[in-house]
Amino acid sequence: MELNILTLCYLIASVTFIVGLKMLSNPASARKGNLVAAVGMAIAIFATIFLYEEEGKKLGNYLWIFGGLLIGTIVGTLAAKKVKMTAMPEMVSLFNGMGGACAMLISLIEFNHLAHQIQETGNEDGHTGKVIIIVLGLIIGSVSFAGSMIAWGKLNGKVKDFSFTGQNILNLVLLAVTLGLGAYLVYNPAQSFLLYIILSMSLLYGVLFVFPIGGADMPVVISLLNSFTGVAAACGGFLYDNKVMLTGGILVGAAGTLLTILMCKAMNRSLKNVLIGSFGGNKTVAASGSKDQGAYKEISLADSAMIMSYANKVIIVPGYGLAVAQAQHICHELEKILEEKGVEVTYAIHPVAGRMPGHMNVLLAEADVSYDKLKEMEQANDEFKTTDVVLILGANDVVNPAAKNDPASPIYGMPILEVELAKNVIVNKRSMKPGYAGIENDLFFQPKTSMLFGDAKKVLQDLVAEIKNV
Amino acid sequence: MENILNFINTNQQIIYIVILMIFVGIEIIGKVPSVLHTPLMSGANAIHGVVVIGAIIVMGKAESDNYLALGLGFLAVVLGTLNVVGGFVVTDRMLEMFKKKPQTSKGA
Repeated sequence: MELNILTLCYLIASVTFIVGLKMLSNPASARKGNLVAAVGMAIAIFATIFLYEEEGKKLGNYLWIFGGLLIGTIVGTLAAKKVKMTAMPEMVSLFNGMGGACAMLISLIEFNHLAHQIQETGNEDGHTGKVIIIVLGLIIGSVSFAGSMIAWGKLNGKVKDFSFTGQNILNLVLLAVTLGLGAYLVYNPAQSFLLYIILSMSLLYGVLFVFPIGGADMPVVISLLNSFTGVAAACGGFLYDNKVMLTGGILVGAAGTLLTILMCKAMNRSLKNVLIGSFGGNKTVAASGSKDQGAYKEISLADSAMIMSYANKVIIVPGYGLAVAQAQHICHELEKILEEKGVEVTYAIHPVAGRMPGHMNVLLAEADVSYDKLKEMEQANDEFKTTDVVLILGANDVVNPAAKNDPASPIYGMPILEVELAKNVIVNKRSMKPGYAGIENDLFFQPKTSMLFGDAKKVLQDLVAEIKNV
Repeated sequence: MENILNFINTNQQIIYIVILMIFVGIEIIGKVPSVLHTPLMSGANAIHGVVVIGAIIVMGKAESDNYLALGLGFLAVVLGTLNVVGGFVVTDRMLEMFKKKPQTSKGA
């Protein structure tokens, strides 16, 4: 009876995951969808604790289990509540790593358990399926864990891009050896020490795999690692014949993979290109970028305020600089004050502006910027021709014309916001330093473009004050 | 060859689930506007936290004198819970900001 209830709970939870994800894909129902999935998760967790039995035995160690749940809940809630909106991508990466580590630990314990059994009975046969799943869960889980930690460190600036010649080959060899050892272990499960070698090699692979990837490619990597963790969770589902882990894991694995591909498409690159042809490792870039820097011109706050107040149409292009400066609220204020003066103000959102797709939308939504003011790339590109002033706030690579004109550029082929079609371009940046992809931007040296240096928040505050005086 | 066929036969339920779920996952994501990519990734991130159920099972099965299993299992439960709770809370915080949207934009 109780097991039947458990099955029912799992069924409900699986349905809530699917419905929840479905609702998450619509702005109107997204928040409810998240809640639905969370409720399903809670049902599944508590049903497992109280109803699960194996060979007629209930689960024990309640104190440990609830202790763990309590600590995880408190720390998780605090971390998630305290984190700044700008640091969201790092946070997602961090939590993803936790899930990967969890899958990794489960595999470790289950293998130890199995190794004991084999030692006691002296019988190596009949475990093949189980060992395959355990080893797969271990490899995928630890790659996801190590990779997510590096991605987290990179996004908050603690880890620098790092690559050396032959790294791709080393990575491939490492992966092949790890998988080979895994296969060997499947046939000789008594050699349990191999598991620890596989574990360390998978961790190393995770680190090396993310290390050289930089630039605008980080969201793609996080999304990919997200789907890895999904598959690792599904391995757990196989192991315990647990349907809710299986459905949840595979669902995320499939959805995450597709999301990864969608992001690659938004940048017009293939996944292989993202993973192997890393930005940081390309030496010709530095050479071609550093040679023909022309002169750029600066513009004063007063002049900027003047041309913006007398424009008919202004398009704001937000980027990571806006996020770093926490300037979304003052940006909304600028928009309002310009609208009062009869200027039409919209925002052009590049799909990968910021550090994650949708990053800018979330930020601007926080500042109450109206949803229909946010134009997607194609829409915005049609409008630049009739725009008087484009104000670029801390965006760089997504407006770099090299992506269109220079086949040698590492971002060549990525669709960009064609801001140079507008009559005037004002670029707010903190300095002339290249953007995240580490390449120069010709846009800044074009005659139409003027630079407005400074922290986005400070500059916008002053700009609003100036416009009030116009 | 026979091994493979046997495997498929004994695990057909699971294989069906896997295949159907792959299609469901792809179908759901296919229609998402790019605005929601970040919250969606974060929501999916929370959902793969189901892995915590595995950790709970491991923990609950461990003999009370097997400190290695207890210690690692405890860590796994903590990390898994972090993934679940943190994931859902972060997603909720992101989506909170979309709340006022319908009144201002569509009026519906």
